[in-house]
Amino acid sequence: MIRTVSKKIYIILIFIFLYAPIATLMILSFNASRTRAKWGGVTLRWYSSLFDNREIIQALWNTLFIAFVSSFIAVVIGTVACIAINHMGKRKRAVIMGITNIPMLNADIVTGISLMLLFISLGIKFGMGTILLAHITFNIPYVILCVMPRMKQLNPSTYEAALDLGASPIYAFFKVVFPDILPGVLSGFLMAFTMSLDDFIITHFTKGAGVDTLSTKIYTEVKKGIKPEMYALSTIIFVTVLLLLLLINKAPKEKNLAQ
Amino acid sequence: MKKLSALAIGLAAAFSLVGCGSSPSGENGEVIVYNWGEYLDPEAIELFEEETGIKVIYDEFETNEIMYPKVEAGASEYDVICPSDYMIQKMLENDLLAELNFDNIPNAKANIGAQYWDQSKEFDPDNKYSVPYCWGTVGILYNKTMVDDPVDSWSILWNEKYKDNILMQDSVRDAFMVGLKLNGYSMNSTDTAELEAARNSLIQQKPFVQAYVVDQVRDKMIGNEAAIGVIYSGEAIYTQRENPDLEYVIPKEGTNVWIDSWVISKNAPNKENGEKFIDFMCRPEIALMNFEFITYSTPNDAARELIEDEDIRNSPIAFPDLSQYDNLETFKYLGEDADRIYNDFWKEVKSE
Repeated sequence: MIRTVSKKIYIILIFIFLYAPIATLMILSFNASRTRAKWGGVTLRWYSSLFDNREIIQALWNTLFIAFVSSFIAVVIGTVACIAINHMGKRKRAVIMGITNIPMLNADIVTGISLMLLFISLGIKFGMGTILLAHITFNIPYVILCVMPRMKQLNPSTYEAALDLGASPIYAFFKVVFPDILPGVLSGFLMAFTMSLDDFIITHFTKGAGVDTLSTKIYTEVKKGIKPEMYALSTIIFVTVLLLLLLINKAPKEKNLAQ
Repeated sequence: MKKLSALAIGLAAAFSLVGCGSSPSGENGEVIVYNWGEYLDPEAIELFEEETGIKVIYDEFETNEIMYPKVEAGASEYDVICPSDYMIQKMLENDLLAELNFDNIPNAKANIGAQYWDQSKEFDPDNKYSVPYCWGTVGILYNKTMVDDPVDSWSILWNEKYKDNILMQDSVRDAFMVGLKLNGYSMNSTDTAELEAARNSLIQQKPFVQAYVVDQVRDKMIGNEAAIGVIYSGEAIYTQRENPDLEYVIPKEGTNVWIDSWVISKNAPNKENGEKFIDFMCRPEIALMNFEFITYSTPNDAARELIEDEDIRNSPIAFPDLSQYDNLETFKYLGEDADRIYNDFWKEVKSE
């Protein structure tokens, strides 16, 4: 009895620690007063002024665009790299895996500054393109990390069998190999997507004048205090992600029932 | 095969984006501005673009320290930048700034008060490189219902009566400014003995301090969560509006007068447009717009005349008479060795 009660209390405490900050933010997004210290009544003002604020909306699109495109390209490059790594000898593979792991362990600020210096020395104009290149760069290792285990589990005979039965290598890849590694590819994509979504420091160093993502935009507000519109936006993002997760978790269950 | 061609199209589309980073410029070229976040009324930019046909590419930073490496490395070529006093000095020492042609900025000398040009001489000795944009003081904000002693000195922050009700600034230079001024030294001191005295004072004060914070001073004071706090004057006006019990004081030992000024970077691609931009920002109506947007004091005397609310126009918080004090200073860049001593001592205070 005591054990089950204390178990529940423990769980509740963990949830409070995890979600109290988000709940505070969501409540403040409805606060009519600009300061967190005073409750000015419930309002939807911040939500409407959020959609009137062109800069924030532009930053939101930039963020989503960069996250989507960079993780897509990283998935393509990373998956192709995995095929090659999988066919390497043991020692070579260990070396290559080591090299791809280094950028993940590297501090973001080091990656950011080195990319900035590289772009300067190559004479590339800073803008959306440099952010995209930087994000693809730091996303690739995450994709390899997710796809590689799937690749190792693969039975190489199925692919060879497909070739023997007359499939072209590309056809065989998409019909035989790809469906098997798909879960790894998808989780690599999601991982890359989230990494890109909340990156601040690398974006800061590789962005050009006038191009902002949400994280750089929010950070610039530090001096004057973060505006309640940002609370509203964060609430919307949180609720969207929550709904998506619920949908994803529900979908397979329905499938099972249908079977 | 279909999937592969879709991949190829996606890749091609993505890489074509890499090529075109910038949007088309205005009929009279462009100007790239690097300013603090929320530090300019967006409408002022639109007015400038309409009138001059110059497209403004606007970028923001959050601290001087994060702005500096980007400008120094030359990652993006900025025209107009708005750093603070000591950072302007550092940029000057490292030859990052271009001399301004004041013939193109007639509004600056005409509208900006003489006292601000004098104060600027601490970091820009000949007033050749910078045009003051925003300024303010650092002082004590206290709650009249919670403090019954007269507040006119930094020593109130060492009063045991207000234990756990005191808020200090959580940045090295701001905290040491208080410690040094309390002991009667210059806040730009590099003398080890003086700094040790300031450090000891700060350590002695630590048990009374509720928290070392930066922008939470504002919210905590409004919410009556503390009695006394060290705050920037620009925030003080806002807090008073939200909570009339609050009062702002410049301590008699003197304090920091900070100035954020427009400068033009050495490798500015559009220097003349940059000067046009600075000139536009010095117009009285535009400076007034920005003052109302930011609520930090404007050095633009002509704009101050235009403020309709008399209480604000003559507010001793927003526009204190600097000539009343002889111990006001502006932060200077002290060099790497002094920076290290400050940081070491600050670590000792924080870890005590």
